[in-house]
This record gives sequence, C-alpha cells and structure tokens, in this order.
Amino acid sequence: MSFVLGRLGQTVLVLLVAAFVSFSLFRYVGDPVNNMVGQTASLADREAMRAALGLDDPFVVQFLRFVGQALQGDFGISYRYGQPVSTLIAERFPATLELALISMLIATGLGVPLGVWTALHRGHWFSQVLLAISLIGVALPTFLIGIALILTFSVWLGWLPSFGRGQVVDLGWWSTGFLSWSGLRALVLPSVTLGVFQLALIMRLARAEMLEVMRADFIRFARARGLRPRAIEYRHALRNTLVPVVTMIGLQFGNVFAFSIIVETVFQWPGLGLLVIQAIQFADVPLLAAYLVLIALCFAVINLAVDLLYVAIDPRVRTSGAIRRTA
Amino acid sequence: MRLPVLLTTALTALFVAASPAFVPAPAAAADSGKEFRYAYRVDPASLDPHALAETFTLSWLGQVYEPLVGRGKNLELVPALATSWEQVEPTVWRFHLREGVKFADGTPFTADDVIFSLQRVKKDGSDMAYTVASVTDIKKVDDHTVDLIMAKPNPILPVQITSTYMMSKDWAEKHEATSPSSVKAKVENFATTNANGTGPFMIESRQAGVKTVLVPNPNWWGEKESNVSKVVFTPIQSDATRVAALLSGEVDMVYPVPQQDVARIESAEGTEVLKGSELRTMMLAMDQHRDELLNSDVKGKNPLKDKRVRQAIYQAIDMNAIKDRIMGGTSHIAGTMIAPGINGYDPKLDTRAAPYDPEASKKLLAEAGYPDGFSFTMDCSNDRYVNDERICQAIVGMLGRVGLKVTLNAQTRTKFFEKVLARDTSFAMIGWQPLSYDAHSTLQDTMNTPEGKVGTYNVGNYSNPKVDALTQKIEVEVDPAKRNAMIFEAMTLDKEDYGHIPVHQAGIAWGVRKGAHVVLRSDDSLELKWVTVD
Repeated sequence: MSFVLGRLGQTVLVLLVAAFVSFSLFRYVGDPVNNMVGQTASLADREAMRAALGLDDPFVVQFLRFVGQALQGDFGISYRYGQPVSTLIAERFPATLELALISMLIATGLGVPLGVWTALHRGHWFSQVLLAISLIGVALPTFLIGIALILTFSVWLGWLPSFGRGQVVDLGWWSTGFLSWSGLRALVLPSVTLGVFQLALIMRLARAEMLEVMRADFIRFARARGLRPRAIEYRHALRNTLVPVVTMIGLQFGNVFAFSIIVETVFQWPGLGLLVIQAIQFADVPLLAAYLVLIALCFAVINLAVDLLYVAIDPRVRTSGAIRRTA
Repeated sequence: MRLPVLLTTALTALFVAASPAFVPAPAAAADSGKEFRYAYRVDPASLDPHALAETFTLSWLGQVYEPLVGRGKNLELVPALATSWEQVEPTVWRFHLREGVKFADGTPFTADDVIFSLQRVKKDGSDMAYTVASVTDIKKVDDHTVDLIMAKPNPILPVQITSTYMMSKDWAEKHEATSPSSVKAKVENFATTNANGTGPFMIESRQAGVKTVLVPNPNWWGEKESNVSKVVFTPIQSDATRVAALLSGEVDMVYPVPQQDVARIESAEGTEVLKGSELRTMMLAMDQHRDELLNSDVKGKNPLKDKRVRQAIYQAIDMNAIKDRIMGGTSHIAGTMIAPGINGYDPKLDTRAAPYDPEASKKLLAEAGYPDGFSFTMDCSNDRYVNDERICQAIVGMLGRVGLKVTLNAQTRTKFFEKVLARDTSFAMIGWQPLSYDAHSTLQDTMNTPEGKVGTYNVGNYSNPKVDALTQKIEVEVDPAKRNAMIFEAMTLDKEDYGHIPVHQAGIAWGVRKGAHVVLRSDDSLELKWVTVD
C-alpha cells in the first residue's frame, strides 16, 4: 500500500513539473493577444487586453494561478474558441482515443505474429520482404504515408474518405465512430497511417526477442528432450518473448497519442491533436496548458499501471521495498 | 510447413478485413435535395458577430447575420437590412429599415434591434467598435427609421458598416448575450456557440473546429437565387488534404487552393479553379524612426532614413521574378498601397515608382555613402500570407546582389506580429486589407504617423505630416471627387518618399467541382445565397 502511495506522490510531482516546464515554454509561442483582437485594435487596446488576461504578471504568478485554478478543475476559457477548455477537450478526447486504440490494435495484431514468424523463418524470402517493408515503415514520415494513402484510396480509387470522422453516434458524453458505417470507413486510413510505425517497431522487437529466446539454454534443452518444435516455439519461446513486447506496447500507447498530432492534421481528424495544432498556431495558452497536463497525466497513469503490474508479476519489487523500509 | 500457411491465411484474412476492397463505393451516392459541401482552411473563431474583426469569421457569419448595408457581387454597396440611407445633415445618417423582416426564430426585426446591436458593438469586449467609432448617438425615428449621429461628418459610414451585423434584442436578452463574448471577462457567452440572424441561412448544427451544417432560413426576406437545401462546412487545415477532398468528390468547393495545386485541379476531370486577386496589399516596411538601425553593422545612424537607400532597395527587387517564379503568374504587381476594388483606387496610381534596376541601386547606395552595402534583419511571417516566407527569401537574395547583407527572420504569425507591432524590426513584410474596403483605412493604419489609435500597422514608423493632414481631411470630406483627389495625393506622397514598398496583391484561387456554381468575389468571401448546384 505504501508503495502505491509513494508512486502516486511521485505522479503528482511529475505532473507539477510537466506543468511548470510547459508553462515556461509558452512565452515562445508568441503573443496570443494579436490573434484575439482584429487588425483595427490599437496598441493601447492590445496592452489593455494583455493586462486583463494577466499576461503581464510575472511568470511565477501566472503559473501559481494556473495550478490553483486547475486544482479546482477550472482550466479557463480558450482564447480562440471562447469556450471552456475542459469542454473542448472532453469533446475531442473520444476521437483521439478511438483512433489510438484501433491503430494499436492493428499494430499489435499484425506486429507480434509477423515478428514471431520472421524470427522462426529467418532465411525465408517472405521474411526478407517483411523486414524490408518494416524498415520503410520506420523510416517514412507519418504525414507522407498519410498523403500517399489519401491519394491512392480517396482520390484515385475513391473507396475511402480523405478527411473527417464520418457520422458519429453520441453515447452520453462519449461520441463514437464505431457504430456507423461512415464512421468505420473514416477510421481506416488514419488508423493505418498511425499504426504503420508502431507495427514496424513491434514486429522488429518481437522478432529480436524471439531470436534471443530461441538461443536460450532452456529451448536447447527442450529440443534435446525431443519436444515437438511447435510446442517449443509457441508454448515456451513465445511466452517468454511476450513479456518485454507487452511492456513496450503499453509504453508505445503514449507515443501514439503524441504521433496522432500529425495524423490528425493530415486527415482533419477532429481529435486532441488537431485541437492542439490549432492552439499552437493561435498561441491559445489555456488550451495548450491543459493539453500538456493531460498528456503528462496519460503518461503518468500508464507508467503507474506498468509499475503496479510489475509488482503483481514480480514479488521481488514488493519485498525489496518492504525490507528497506523495515530495516 | 503448416505454420506459415496458417499465418499467411490469418494475415490475408486480416488484410482483407482491413482492406477497403470490400467496401462498396458510395462516392456521390444518394443525397436528397441539393447539398453543398465546402471547406476552408480554418473554422470561424466564434459565432458572436461582434467578437472578432477577422476577415474570414466576418465573411462566414455574413451567411447567418446581416448588416444594414451589404455588398453585391462586385463589392458595390447594396441594400440589406436598410433599404435606403441618406445624410439628412452632415453629421446625421438616416437609415430606412426593411419592413417585414424576421429573425430565424421568428421575431420581427425593428429599429430597437438596430439600436441594441449598435450599442452592443460599442461595448467593451467588442472587436467591431471601430466600424461605428464615429457614431456618438443612435436615435429611433420610428419603428423602421434610425438616425446615427456623429460629432463630425463621416462620409463613409455606410462603407464602414458592411460587416456590422444586426442581432435580435429579445433573443440576446433572453439568453444573456447582451455583451459581446469576451475572453477577457473569462466567461462563456451563449452567442459564441449559437446564432439567430436575419440572413439567408441558419445553423442547424455545429461542432467548433469540426463541422457546421447550415440550412436555408425560411424567414429570409430576399429573393432566392440558391437552390441549396443543406450546406455542410468543414474546416480542413492541411492544404494537401483539402485539395484531395475536392478531387475525390467529398466536397464541392475548397478554398484557398495553394498555387502548386492549381494546375492539378484544372487538369482533373470534373473540377475547375476560379481565380481572382486579393484585396490585401503586401508591402515592405522600413524603419524610418530609430536613430540607429537594429541588428546592423552601421553604427550610430539609420541608413533607412535616407530616401536614396529606400529607393535603392525598391529598385533592387525584381517584382516580375516574384510574380512569375513564386506566385505562379497569378499575383498583381502593386504600384500603390491599395488594391483594385478598394474605394479610392486609381489605375494611374498603380504604376511602379521606379523600374527594377540593380545598377541604379548600387549607384544610389554609393551616393548615400554605402558603396559596400550594409547589413540588417528582415522580419517575415511564414504562415500568414500566401508564400510569405518564399517571397522574403527571394527579396533577401535580390538585396544581396546589390550588396545589402540581409538576414531573414521568418517565424510563425504569433511571433511575427508580436515582434513587428512592438516595433522591434528594421525591415518587414506585412499585408493590409482595409476591412471597410476604403483607402482611408490603409492611410490611417499603415501610413499615418503612429500615435494613439492610428498608425498601428505602420511598423516602419513612416512619418510625413502632409500625409497625416490629408488622412484627417479624407476622414471628414463629404464630396467623393475631392476625397478621391486627396487619396491620390496622399498615396503619391508616400510613393515619392519611398515610405513603403508595395509588393503585390496575391492571387485568389477557389477549387470548384463542376456542377456547383459559386460567385468569386474579390474579398475572398463565399456568399451561399448565390450558390447553385446542378
């Protein structure tokens, strides 16, 4: 229990630091005021606006004010949209999460079996082809893949929509694209684009881990005992391969969130990434601050979950902490 | 051997499931009635008509809200909510309101709504106050007549209020939206996300930044030219995606179309490009105020204060090359600070002050005492104007050829405007489009000596007392002929001073699916009331 509390305390600290760092970056995104007033506003009007927004206050004062309000659940009003930041984020969050989930599903569902297969068939021509393709997947910039897919499947073949989320169905505060035909169609290109890099990464990692395990002593002993190859490969080797792969998948989930900024811009996917790109262009500080804290929170929660999983899997983590404390 | 077979089958199954091959293509499938789908680069910032004086937001809101005086297909003044207007005294404008007009929610439009709206426009937090800055009092004559009273004559009031939209007093009071939404006040405003106008269309549904659906307003007073029963507007930020959406037939019209995609849309079957020229004039501002030029190897003085140096810069820039190589031949080279279509424009003004001549430049620089040139920094935006960064790069290269060592500082719009409006600049490229479509705005905001509310965008602090005096006279001159003569004079003074270097008006390009008919107006505003779909 104290372990969990300690971890939670660390998480809160991480969030504060993330907020502080992101906040100190905001003076480099430019002056929000010039986007909030029309071209006819005089310099004096602009000064008055800046003062009213508290942008003239010292950095520390602005930061403490932000933290104080955030603790009460108030992230302020977006400079660009004039709506509460929390409303905007809540509106956009489902789109990003659904996109991230589907692309991770594609990446994992294909990446793990392909990695294992290429490890088991090292000389096979198909393995070579897959490895070459995966290199392209790692090397090509995401936006290029996105544009190529749009040109092929939307402009040339006309099969899939090039932008947007299609028809969404509202389930209370959650809007989902899973329940309509156009929503599902709209998911294909962006999720494939977002998944390609992860797919290549997972496949290569699964392959490397599998090769490593296949060289291990216990596999050799199993072979020597004359176990069937199938049992060796899938019952013993695969299981040991999966532990680090699954950890990586968990951590990559956070990265998918970050990568989605590019994919969402290319496909005009109305999620958080698109919102934040627009926020950067308009120096929408309240929105940016809230977004960065949210992302930090996501990473912190994932890390916490991974840590707790380790505790569950590996009792040594638990006891070593306990021993140190009692000693 | 069973494993690879198994795996490949599984894989194939996955691929097929994920593959679109099995999806039937309902590309232009059944839509009932005439639907018009279009996309622009960004979303309107707010639905509140008085919240932000931004060209696109105002143009978009003009589909839902209406002003007293509107604009026709050639930007001429046309009756909108006022059927006629006259100056009953030099300081009183009388507007006769259209009768029988109703807001989308059914409430009738009367003089009270006009008074309410204009007072709202003047409130703190409104960004549109400048349009009625000259108005000191508003009087109701009867239910359909209103007098706008000002302290001194304002001949161009009707021109200034073509984006000043009328709201319903009852509706605003009912929803507590009597003040313009203000981020300053840190409150959300009902009018930010809802609208109730008298315009040809009304909003059926909207998610900010994602999608807005408009339907015809059954209460609209005007004659129906459009046959559209539903309009879907989507902001698409990425240029490539926006063009792809048009080519794939998912939208009927997109704007703006980037220069490099024009040929592609034209060559594609079923799409075409409409072209025009912007009303915005791009210009170069040179610091003529500081005693020592910023970031320069010249110390203790400011070479840009010397007219010969400014002329040298002018003659060193090959505008034809910029037009042909960067703007794809679509721009209009500017000889003056206002574009064709702006009130006060005269083709006689629109001639270059001096020809492109690098040799003459070098000679001028030598005469001014800089035979080897000097160095300074150029400020430029990279995401605000058409090809802004590339134009600046070209200019830097051209200036280099006459010995001026210019460092380019191109940055995002927020950083750029922060820097140049703080006058932290020696040389900058900036654009100006008078929101009133009148030359006075250009004179007052970009050419007048900066002081108080005037000269905000005169970032080089150009100052000529004669131009300032003329600007003040133009503001109150009632006789159009005299007024235009003074505009001509003021613009000529700036030109002779080389106070600014006008560059060009960029081309406008709209991509349209064949079968959809829109009217390209040179203020880049799409008016849905003129849209028809076959």
